[in-house]
Amino acid sequence: MEQREKKVIVIGVIGADVHAVGNKILYHAFTEAGFEVVNLGVMVSQEEYIAAAIESDADAIVVSSLYGQGELDCRGLREKCDEAGLKGIPLLVGGNIVIGKQRFEDVEPRFKAMGFDRAFPPGTTPETTIEALRELLHMDGGDA
Amino acid sequence: MRAVLLIDFGSTYTKLTAVDVEAEILLGTAAAYTTVETDIGDGLTEARRLLEAQTGPVDYEACYACSSAAGGLRMVTSGLVPELTGEAAKLASLGAGAKVAGVYAFQLTEDDIEDIRAMRPDIFLLVGGTDGGNTECILHNAAMLAKLPPDFPVIVAGNRTAARQCQRLLEGFEVHICPNVMPKFGVLNIEPTQSKIREIFLRRIIQAKGLSRAAELLSDIMMPTPSAVLLAMELLAKGCEGESGIGELLAVDVGGATTDVYSIADGMPQQINTVYKGLPEPYAKRTVEGDIGMRYSAQGIVDAAGLPRLSALSGLSEERLIALTAEIRAHPDMVPEEGGELEQLDFALASCAIEEAVRRHAGTITETYTMMGQTFIQEGKNLTNVGQVVVTGGSLIHTRRTGEIAAHAMYDPAAPASLRPKAAEIRVDRRYILSAMGLLSAHYPQTALRIMKKELAYHGYSE
Ligand code: B12
Repeated sequence: MEQREKKVIVIGVIGADVHAVGNKILYHAFTEAGFEVVNLGVMVSQEEYIAAAIESDADAIVVSSLYGQGELDCRGLREKCDEAGLKGIPLLVGGNIVIGKQRFEDVEPRFKAMGFDRAFPPGTTPETTIEALRELLHMDGGDA
Repeated sequence: MRAVLLIDFGSTYTKLTAVDVEAEILLGTAAAYTTVETDIGDGLTEARRLLEAQTGPVDYEACYACSSAAGGLRMVTSGLVPELTGEAAKLASLGAGAKVAGVYAFQLTEDDIEDIRAMRPDIFLLVGGTDGGNTECILHNAAMLAKLPPDFPVIVAGNRTAARQCQRLLEGFEVHICPNVMPKFGVLNIEPTQSKIREIFLRRIIQAKGLSRAAELLSDIMMPTPSAVLLAMELLAKGCEGESGIGELLAVDVGGATTDVYSIADGMPQQINTVYKGLPEPYAKRTVEGDIGMRYSAQGIVDAAGLPRLSALSGLSEERLIALTAEIRAHPDMVPEEGGELEQLDFALASCAIEEAVRRHAGTITETYTMMGQTFIQEGKNLTNVGQVVVTGGSLIHTRRTGEIAAHAMYDPAAPASLRPKAAEIRVDRRYILSAMGLLSAHYPQTALRIMKKELAYHGYSE
């Protein structure tokens, strides 16, 4: 069988969140960096991430949450992935993932406990995000 | 005069439509009963005799046919995620005019394989995974299918990475590889698979279903009947060179066993505050409700609509409804007498059949309150702006209350989530010509379109 050239990632903004700008920027940045990006846009349910990841045999799921409800929306995603056979798929989350200004040292462990491999504070640049993806997916330098 | 004969081999009737393509008129229509036991050729001979009684002797310069005889084109599909490639496979098959006997998702089990063996598919459609995506499922399913005797063709239209390996696993089967029905997430590409389905239908099904003798007389086209109807509806909506169409439309065919619904419409969200979710649906979409029909499937209508509703619409007591429905299911050839109880029942059944089948076909909209106020999520097609409704089927043709029945296809303020047409002209196919016009459209699109515009009688306006 042919080997696939690119790593596939599923991205989208979770829950009832309509902040569309960051999502579009990430889509272009990831594509530019050589990833195959399945973009689900805004208002994405947990089930949609999972369905898309199964069909595309994704290497990672990148969740955005901007409107402050991230903690509620993200709960249970890891368990559902396990249930759907996506065991161990890397889950990343970023944006403005909690309400208001909280110390990120307090926030991060809560998302890790939920089964996210990485959680990022507000203002994380696309470059940092790509870096983190490369590391998680064991891609050594060069193109994705 | 330049006459063309159009034949529809049905499971119970062989229907003929004779057209003069020069004058652009119908010369006549006729139907003869065909039973499973008698040869399909007998029905044809009888129907031709009846037709000739109307038209006199005619020399036909061409003859085209469609068929839903012997159970139609029976397909079974398997995909990966039910809402994604599972749904894409189903949409592709229905749109190609097939009767979908089984829809599977994820990995096929040994029990599934036994069920598929019993279903005896005419074609199996094997899909799953976007291109470059999941291969595990489609490979597993190919290996499972390979356990069956290789007596049906398999179309492989999933992840292209796995296509050749599927073919090797299915050694001994007639395998056709088509482009992926969902090459990327949320992108449908079902046309190549649909033309392959029609091609196989032409070659294999005609032989298998005892149509080869009749086929000798045909010029060239042969397609599944629903596929011909879909072609006709697309032509009627879009128009062709030299003749304009009537615009986006919804068509419903209420039969004895099933109800088919066709929509020729874009259906994407109309408001910016509406987000579309799920697989985008085809512009020309067909659905079939196997549990909604006027005779064999009357019980399905009762289950869907409920006795109180049917009682209110028919004016019959619930006891009478139960007794009568049992009677018509036992005697599916019963026809209503004018003013009789059966006429009242049929009115209620047909109304509810249309309502339920169109509700299932149309998309839905749900309101969510985000902190910035109202946002809407649309799933499936938005048909609220569709301005034309075409209805056909015995129960609608042979009644004076067609308009009233057809109005049940419309938007209901009491159920605003269902995106059905808000205001539409209603047209009736009184002479059952839709499949014939679909056949004719392949060679004479303008003629087919003009005849439809004339024949599909305007039957009022509904809001
Ligand atoms: C524009 C905007 C809106 C617009 C959105 C229009 C649209 N359709 O896109 C509208 C007016 C609709 C809106 C509504 C709301 N908004 Co607003 N909005 C903003 C604003 C001003 C800019 C967002 C933006 O586009 N930024 C630019 C993009 C490029 O940045 P970004 O979205 O942050 O994305 C980048 C990074 O976050 C990162 N990133 C994103 N995802 C991920 C994922 C990973 C894994 C990683 C590593 C990185 C990463 O990369 C992206 C690209 O660089 C922000 C404030 C701000 N300056 O950020 C508030 C803000 C996001 N909104 C906020 C709020 C509260 C709301 C509302 C709830 C307000 C209300 N009460 O009505 C609603 C919610 C509506 C809803 N259901 O989603 C708050 C969220 C506070 C919180 N999280 O605690 C913010 C932060 C404003 C504030 N300081 O209070 N909003």
